[in-house]
Amino acid sequence: MTRFVLGRIGFSTLVAVLLAFFTLPLLWLVTAPFTSNPTYEVTVPDFTWDNFAAVVEHPYALPSLWNSVVLSAGTAALVVAFAALAAYALSRVRLPGRDALLYALLLLSSIITGTAAMVPLFQLAVELNLIDSQFGLILILTGGLLPAAIFMLKDFVDATPQSYEESARVFGASPLQIVRHVVVPLVRPGLATIAVWAVANVWGNFLMPYLLLSDVRKQPAAVITYTLYTEGGQANLSMLSTFGLLYSIPVVLMYLFVSKKYGFRFHGGIKR
Amino acid sequence: MAAIELRGLSKVYPGGVRALDALDLVIPDGEFFALLGPSGCGKTTLLRTIAGLESATGGSVLIGGRDVTGTQPGGRDVAMVFQDYALFPHMDVTDNIAYPLRIKKVAKGARRAKAAEVAARLGLDHLMDRRPGQLSGGQQQRVALARVMATQAQAYLFDEPLSNLDARLRLEARTFLKKLQRELGVTTVFVTHDQAEALAMADRMAVMEAGHIRQIGTPAEVFQRPANTFVAGFIGSTPMNLLDGSVRGDTLEVAGCKLPVPAAAEGRVSDGDTIVYGVRPEYMTYSAEPAEGALSGKVAIVENLGASHLVTLDVAGVNVQAVVPEGGEPAVGDEGHAVPRRDRALVYRDGALV
Repeated sequence: MTRFVLGRIGFSTLVAVLLAFFTLPLLWLVTAPFTSNPTYEVTVPDFTWDNFAAVVEHPYALPSLWNSVVLSAGTAALVVAFAALAAYALSRVRLPGRDALLYALLLLSSIITGTAAMVPLFQLAVELNLIDSQFGLILILTGGLLPAAIFMLKDFVDATPQSYEESARVFGASPLQIVRHVVVPLVRPGLATIAVWAVANVWGNFLMPYLLLSDVRKQPAAVITYTLYTEGGQANLSMLSTFGLLYSIPVVLMYLFVSKKYGFRFHGGIKR
Repeated sequence: MAAIELRGLSKVYPGGVRALDALDLVIPDGEFFALLGPSGCGKTTLLRTIAGLESATGGSVLIGGRDVTGTQPGGRDVAMVFQDYALFPHMDVTDNIAYPLRIKKVAKGARRAKAAEVAARLGLDHLMDRRPGQLSGGQQQRVALARVMATQAQAYLFDEPLSNLDARLRLEARTFLKKLQRELGVTTVFVTHDQAEALAMADRMAVMEAGHIRQIGTPAEVFQRPANTFVAGFIGSTPMNLLDGSVRGDTLEVAGCKLPVPAAAEGRVSDGDTIVYGVRPEYMTYSAEPAEGALSGKVAIVENLGASHLVTLDVAGVNVQAVVPEGGEPAVGDEGHAVPRRDRALVYRDGALV
């Protein structure tokens, strides 16, 4: 009995210490923005709004958050649209070497948005006149995310029995009607997954926008964070913490919204 | 409503598998027609080819006298019930039933009224707002039927309509389906692997094996006079006795016993022919006393069928089965004698009925 109690106490202590380790940065993130001269320590804030005023006054901070929204929403929209079409086709049409194609795409995709392809991508963007263009960046990010998105979505489509579509076909539905009335509603949880995943990916992406967008007015929040220094060249902790808090809120909201709507249980009302 | 006609219909899959081999079949207007066969015999492929979900490799499909071989499924004016019913899980019962009308661009009010009318007929009126996931198997089946009825198509195609129901419900649904088809009078083709289902429901049926139709006929014809040993072995809840034998003068020698030539085969066999003697266990008269023209042996197994017993005799190393009414069943090890009914026994030569 004593052994059991001691064991429980030891286990709980260990968990508490581990949790504290991960909680501290989060605590810092919610307290520092409301503290007058934040340091790396977590302190009880004096509830000032000065830091927020400073962020609002910063010429590029708030616009950069908007840029992040534009980039991630644009990329998510393209990824969902293209991945849905590709996954549907790949799931329903038998192609020789289909699986090999999918795995090759998946393998190569980690290179596209990775560091290995930095130089060729940059050159390609220059040749295509897509440097310093948010649209160009969206295209490149989409290209990087598509293979994995297709791969994930194909699983959702594979799990949907074909008899739904065949049934609609016999009733005379056109291919476009079948997709609109039957396929999209059935794989909607899959589409939501892909969209969330794409937004989260683009929201946190630093390298690609840093490389391809030189105009500071077009840069997203991830890049602007990198420029928040004091005149002395030190990290501007009051700006960084406040901006960081604002930067993370949309992602948290998105999670809460999607979790409420789909519960992150990707069942989709399919009767197996 | 329309007749369905198949002319030399073939389907060869890309791998070279010949699923349908030059089938000819005419299903008259208003008939309830069963496609029966073991799994992999091509019956579902045939149904899907009629629906247009599979394209024919050769031959043609005519529905109501119109050649629809190259027509898309939607243009054939047929309606299909799938094995898993394929009810759209994101639509309620009303929208599911009204879906074919939505495709035909019927106004919303009109199609909801039609859905309500059809549903009321099938006793679904209190379920209109449910999703398929909230319905029992039997209810789902009736929604699928209601959706088909709402199309007012010329012919209905059912793919294993009863296989997703439990045993008791299946019997109920069988009666219900037959009555409904009779009332609607729409040409209906259904696929089943269950011979009892085909016998019970169909006006006529086709027994298929390996892409070929082995026999077409009414349930009574197929049950009483199977055209070949395949059909003979496939039809019947207790399998038919198929015993190797030969013709000896004007009698048959089967499993060491002398039997008279059955009425149907009289004068059509000649001395020395190698034959297969077929008789259903239901058409055997069992007795404990030796009898003229009997298959005699030791009782090996007695199986209880409820109102009767299935007795298996070991006749010179060959199993012979006979159905014995309750009360008269022997004990295992008894000497038994089974006399085939002469007007029901059949003779097959080279696999075909003589």
